[in-house]
Amino acid sequence: MTENNKKKLKLKVSAIKNGTVIDHIPAKSLFKVITILGLDKISNQITFGTNLESGKLGHKAIIKVSDKYFKDEEIDKIALIAPHAKLNIIKDYEVVEKRVVEIPETIKGIAKCFNPKCITNNEKINTCFKVISKNPIALKCHYCEKITNENQMVIK
Amino acid sequence: MKKKDLISINDFTKEEYMRIMELAGEFEENPNQDLLQGKVVASLFFEPSTRTRLSFETAISRLGGKIIGFTDSSSSSVKKGETLHDTIKMVSNYADMIVMRHPLEGSARYAAEVSDVPVINAGDGANQHPTQTLLDMYSILKTQDTLDNMNIFMVGDLKYGRTVHSLLMAMSQFENPIFNFIAPEELQMPDEYKLYLKNLGIRYFEHKEFTDIISEADIIYMTRVQKERFSDPIEYEKVKNVYILKNDMLENTKPNLKILHPLPRVNEIHTDVDENTKAYYFTQALNGVFTREAIISHIMNLK
Repeated sequence: MTENNKKKLKLKVSAIKNGTVIDHIPAKSLFKVITILGLDKISNQITFGTNLESGKLGHKAIIKVSDKYFKDEEIDKIALIAPHAKLNIIKDYEVVEKRVVEIPETIKGIAKCFNPKCITNNEKINTCFKVISKNPIALKCHYCEKITNENQMVIK
Repeated sequence: MKKKDLISINDFTKEEYMRIMELAGEFEENPNQDLLQGKVVASLFFEPSTRTRLSFETAISRLGGKIIGFTDSSSSSVKKGETLHDTIKMVSNYADMIVMRHPLEGSARYAAEVSDVPVINAGDGANQHPTQTLLDMYSILKTQDTLDNMNIFMVGDLKYGRTVHSLLMAMSQFENPIFNFIAPEELQMPDEYKLYLKNLGIRYFEHKEFTDIISEADIIYMTRVQKERFSDPIEYEKVKNVYILKNDMLENTKPNLKILHPLPRVNEIHTDVDENTKAYYFTQALNGVFTREAIISHIMNLK
């Protein structure tokens, strides 16, 4: 690695002692990820960067949360909006584990049903979907039974 | 014991379908049975549906139950802006069971989650109308002695018709069905149902008209082609007479053939068919009462 690259890396990913680094978040989804994970409501030290260059995503964002480790079902909630997110679990400045997010079998809240006549779009109800296809994403509404495709999907 | 509901035709197993059919047969023999005596059933029709409501209310009356409710939302607190949640919460305190028709899709599933008492879906928008499907199945079983090996013709509006979609799903549980879909270009069976059949290895064929193939049918399920479904009125004018069943078309059909229709009919079955012994739609509507008695008994664990 050249000195220049090292410097860049340092600027963008300054180390945390313990906690979780969530990388490869599409830049446009950063704030949604923060909301979904409830990071705006906790007192842990959090740093994030956005509009970082990424070969795969164009522009990516990264979030570092000190002293927090996520449960699988917690982190999988972001799979709809950051399907390529990668997690680095940090203990004592070392990456002790890497993992990717997985789209869960059911998704509660987060997405809206595309059907305007669905009860979830007319009354205050949390949405609930069965994931019937992961790539491309297709969600079957637990209520109206209609299928919301990836290109129709709107995040709440 | 966990309460039972009937929200979607897919909620029932094949065994439960058969149990309902068996019970419907018993109620046809003996329709008046005081199984619901002392019970109150709420009949909540957030949109009007005379046929379904009368059929349910007849079934409840024949079972000796009392009925409370409303026949459209203009005469209920919904007009004042009450949420479905609150209406259902309140009614489930009063009644032992809820029968519900609502214009929004998924409303019945939601009501079942909110309610402490069983909910029967009497139609939620374009989504599900499971009691119609069960009465259709009872009509097929009664006239054909089996639900296996049926060649079913579905005619008319196959795109928006929830009755044909649910019947397709239910009949796919039985042995060796064949489906023939006869619909204009704009109203064809949606891909998701064709894919469903394909995945199960069930044969289906699509046609633009059906005079040539009608002799193969065991069941013809007619539906109404509605003008308002067409984006181009000229398209409607072109096809409107193609999907009308007339008596002379039935000449060389199978002796066991029966013609079903969820009703109301407008002009898609010519009145000259009514006298033909193969016309079954009015008896089918009567079967609705026996089937609904059976469904209520099953849901309420009365039998």
